[in-house]
Amino acid sequence: MAVCTKALDKVVFSLRLIRNLQLQNERFLSSSLPRLAAGSDSQQPPRFTPPPKPVIIDKTQTVTSQRKFLSPEFIPPRQRTDPAKFSMERKDMVRRRKVLDIPEFYVGSILAVTMADPDASGKTNRFVGICVQRGGKGLGATFILRNIIDNQGVEICYELYSPRIQQIEVLKLEKRLDDNLMYLRDALPEYSTVDPSMKPVPFSPTGEVPVNKLKVKMRPKPWSKRWERPKFNIQGIRFDLSLTPEQMEHAQKWAQPWVQYDMLKEYDTSSLEEKIHTEVQQEMSK
Amino acid sequence: MALLHLSKFVAGASSLNQRAFSVSAVAAAIQKMTRVRVVDNSTLGNTPYHRAPRVIHVYTKNGVGKVGDKVLLAIKGQKKKALIVGHKMPGARMTPRFDSNNVVLIEDSGNPTGTRIKVPIPTQLRKMEGDYSKLLAIASSFV
Repeated sequence: MAVCTKALDKVVFSLRLIRNLQLQNERFLSSSLPRLAAGSDSQQPPRFTPPPKPVIIDKTQTVTSQRKFLSPEFIPPRQRTDPAKFSMERKDMVRRRKVLDIPEFYVGSILAVTMADPDASGKTNRFVGICVQRGGKGLGATFILRNIIDNQGVEICYELYSPRIQQIEVLKLEKRLDDNLMYLRDALPEYSTVDPSMKPVPFSPTGEVPVNKLKVKMRPKPWSKRWERPKFNIQGIRFDLSLTPEQMEHAQKWAQPWVQYDMLKEYDTSSLEEKIHTEVQQEMSK
Repeated sequence: MALLHLSKFVAGASSLNQRAFSVSAVAAAIQKMTRVRVVDNSTLGNTPYHRAPRVIHVYTKNGVGKVGDKVLLAIKGQKKKALIVGHKMPGARMTPRFDSNNVVLIEDSGNPTGTRIKVPIPTQLRKMEGDYSKLLAIASSFV
């Protein structure tokens, strides 16, 4: 009997030892994972395996877009002006574009423009806003940025090829339902408010430009223009909130449905655009 | 004009004038009878009153006031001078255009009545001749 208990004691002791060893092993394990893989089987010193290198993707860096894009101011208006004037202006525009990177942007995109301003502190003035309109052809092309600062609506009209412009950044590349967002003046202020310290939103350099199908709510009625009239053809306003169906129908009184069949008003720029695009590409690569 | 709505929505200033039709033109910067928005923190310009401040004289040769010009206001039944610090009519390219006709009240001596301007001020005021230094000193931000 006594022998039996002694033997049992021994067994229990050895079990304890094993458990202790296991515990040690476990602690070993938790302290570093790669060591266990090498050290658990054999007693040799574990080999150091470096952790995988982190892959840093810089999303703030803007990529140049690879889609085929010709800025609208390159296309001359249909008129009797000598085409030589426009070809000369195109040369100057390309020369300016070689110095200043003018990115692809649309009405509805959020831009930040840094311009030289001898009056501002630091001699530069940075303004962030949503592009509400693009105008002008050739060297005189302009765009209007709108923002609300301290509850005060502010718009600045920039000349695209002005030597005062130092940098144009696209913070968010998107289109809206309309080609002209002047109705934001009469919309609720949250639709034209942009954070001045906004970080650039990454966008895909290929494929279609995303269209923001946002419909804005308007202030009550005296607006700067009668946006419900058919000549504006506005898609981005929720008219159902501010106008009755009768008023919407009344606005159709000014519709000119025959105009779309007027062949004299057609101006197909597709072939012209192709020609100018290749010309500009050649000039830019020189 | 939409100024009324702007003051209603933007500044939440007051329910001064609830008329819902347009009276003065956007096209002519600031002229006689233009209703304006006082953007400093003076008590005279901020206490609600049933009549919006109106321009009754513009101290220029052509009677049209732009940024930096001095005007005479009819405000709360009294006459007060003011400086234009922003208007709805677009000015030169690369200069800001505001959604309301903004003025800052000044004393006859040229010192501003308030101690703070609540909205951004155009930077081109700095290069204009004339004494705007006290006005620029109380401005909170520039655009």
